[in-house]
Amino acid sequence: MGTDATAQAAHEHLTTPTRLTGAEIVWATLVGEGVTDVFGYPGGAILPVYDALRKFPIHHTLVRHEQGAAHMADGYARASGKVGVAIATSGPGATNLVTGIATAMLDSIPLVCITGNVSSKVLGTDAFQEVDITGITLPVTKHNFLIFRTEDIAPAIRSAFQIARSGRPGPVLVDITKDAQQGTAIFDFAAAKPRPYRPHPMLRVEESGLAQAADLIRHSKRPVILAGHGVTESEAMEQLRTLAERAQIPVALTLLGLGGFPASHPLNLGMMGMHGESWVNHAIQESDLLIACGMRFDDRVTGTLATYAPKAKKIHIEVDPAEINKNVKVDVALVGDLRAVLEELLPRIPGRDGSAWIKTIEASKGAVAVRDIKNLPDSGHLWAAHVVHDLWRITEGKAIVVTDVGQHQMWEAQYFHHEHPRTLITSGGLGTMGFALPAAIGAKFACPDKEVWVIAGDGGFQMTSAELSTIAQEKIKINIAIINNGYLGMVRQWQEFFYERNYESTPLVSPDFVKLADAHGIRGRAVRTRAEVADAVNEARSAPGAFLINFLVEKEDSVYPMIPVGSALHEMIRRPDNDPLLESPDDK
Amino acid sequence: MLHTFVAYVEDRPGVLTRVASLFRRLNINIHSLTVGHSERNGFSRMTMVCDASAEAGHRIRASLFKLENVVDVDDIAGAPSVTRELALIKVAATKHTRSAIFELVEVFRARIVDLTAESLMIEMTGVESKIEGLIQVLNESDSRILEICRSGKMTMRRGHHTSGVLRALGADPGEKSLPDDELAGAAEESASIESE
Repeated sequence: MGTDATAQAAHEHLTTPTRLTGAEIVWATLVGEGVTDVFGYPGGAILPVYDALRKFPIHHTLVRHEQGAAHMADGYARASGKVGVAIATSGPGATNLVTGIATAMLDSIPLVCITGNVSSKVLGTDAFQEVDITGITLPVTKHNFLIFRTEDIAPAIRSAFQIARSGRPGPVLVDITKDAQQGTAIFDFAAAKPRPYRPHPMLRVEESGLAQAADLIRHSKRPVILAGHGVTESEAMEQLRTLAERAQIPVALTLLGLGGFPASHPLNLGMMGMHGESWVNHAIQESDLLIACGMRFDDRVTGTLATYAPKAKKIHIEVDPAEINKNVKVDVALVGDLRAVLEELLPRIPGRDGSAWIKTIEASKGAVAVRDIKNLPDSGHLWAAHVVHDLWRITEGKAIVVTDVGQHQMWEAQYFHHEHPRTLITSGGLGTMGFALPAAIGAKFACPDKEVWVIAGDGGFQMTSAELSTIAQEKIKINIAIINNGYLGMVRQWQEFFYERNYESTPLVSPDFVKLADAHGIRGRAVRTRAEVADAVNEARSAPGAFLINFLVEKEDSVYPMIPVGSALHEMIRRPDNDPLLESPDDK
Repeated sequence: MLHTFVAYVEDRPGVLTRVASLFRRLNINIHSLTVGHSERNGFSRMTMVCDASAEAGHRIRASLFKLENVVDVDDIAGAPSVTRELALIKVAATKHTRSAIFELVEVFRARIVDLTAESLMIEMTGVESKIEGLIQVLNESDSRILEICRSGKMTMRRGHHTSGVLRALGADPGEKSLPDDELAGAAEESASIESE
């Protein structure tokens, strides 16, 4: 990071065309795009860029593995709504980004990844650390650029930002050869502006479609709103809430939709899909009208398509025309930005009495709440659900929670109630283990004043635990809760249900995570009983630096309910009610 | 069913890969693909024929549009259009067997474009079925086909209609205008004709 004087110089470049090196142009363009934080790892082919960094007011976080850089940029983008930026060198540096790029692609996260490449003279010769990264990332980016002329750098990076954040957001990669970084060109920020954004030509919100949608809503008896990630991405929280409240329609959320509609709202049903509560999925199956808002009918929320919501008409409000009728045939498609479409739709929606349907759903909850693990008295066991629930209670739900992938991710979605968007950061589409720790670092840089918690399993945590030293080096305050059950828990659960309890390669020996944290100068403690949970969480919160809690939870607990792959949405595996651990006579 | 798409794409390295890669990712086999210069500098025109379910057309077109280098995609479907394919067919023939082939070529309105002592080359332009008809007849005759080279289909809508092509090149408000101002001008003209 440069001094104030260099910051001033960097900003002058934006208004006065100046001759700069390609490396300087990279940073100058980033400054112009409003970037303040980047995450990366240097190497031979990107060294000119790193050499120029000191002249620009941008903070660079050195990661321990480039996958971490992509996840940090991703977490930064998810927490802030801005474009995240990751930087890596050629070859292995670039390929290490790929998992992170794919993660962002599947969850529509705006990312700009900048990689160095070998000099254009040796491009295509299998030079040292050369890899065809634009070829490799072609299917997992919205777009990518191979730049080998200095004068093309600024326009490419500016286009990359526009592409990343427009329409349905996503990652863009800019690969710049070393000679392009070393050459010079006139840097003219204004002239490098990309051509005006062209919305997807198949966006279509027709008068007739709006009228039809309003009509379906007016005449439906059992409507359900399905709210997804698009609610957050298009900032349609208010509009969604108005629709739900005015027409008294209950709202079910996807995993990435959590936070888009307040968890405490009486019309919030909770999360739908594979690990959604039974009443949510039953409501969808019984519904006569689904209003899908910024969601894509992923297989994890529909169960088998043949039996999905068979009685329901479907309205799909979606920004990506390629998602229409992809998985589920819909009756009305309103293809456009969710907020804009809802704003057009709302004046046509009259008040509506939805109480009968809401009562029916309430009644269908039956004994579910009684059976809920969080309502059971302390039996001396430490259940992950309790940990998550206590964490929610103690932080008053105000923390940004970054989860990894697996059982703990589902328990978090079930027991941590998100009131606001961008408070749950998780890899939904790609399901990338190892995501949480680096993504949380990115989230903390985006929101330095917010409390950030990592919730990770013992398996996923170890995939990227090297980033603990990034936390130490950057001296940032992140709290880490490891839900440690000694298994790759979700895989073990599948083995239990579908592979005759053949626990092949899922038992996991882990290091002592508290000692691991200690080795990085990070404080921590282990927790074995529920009685200790609150104290440990409070200790973590009040500790000045990062803090790690190793929650040694029940080893063979499973996430319930669960819809097996290939089953209908209402064919759930329920928590066994004869489990003596869960329901003893004393519990009554 | 067979779908036919006509696309305008930027004429620069890697664009063909992006288009082809999309079909690969969707697990759709490309039946034929022709690429060449279009009437506009810097833009190539592709005719793509692929085999996919009837419902897939919308998604393929929508996905093609998501590619940054793709400027326009027209799903020809059942629209009135002219489709042609070019075939070069090399047949073994001596001076004793040539005349029979000459007759066939005449009937099919094809042309002989190369003639040697042992072989001749037929150039044939037409719809797919006509080309296949000639190949079949040649196979059924005594002559031996040595080589076949087919261009794949090229398609153009009939009439003055230019489908969405010109519109996408920048006439509609809110749509991406291209660096070339002339294109936008031409597009406006066409849009006004279309709306008449």
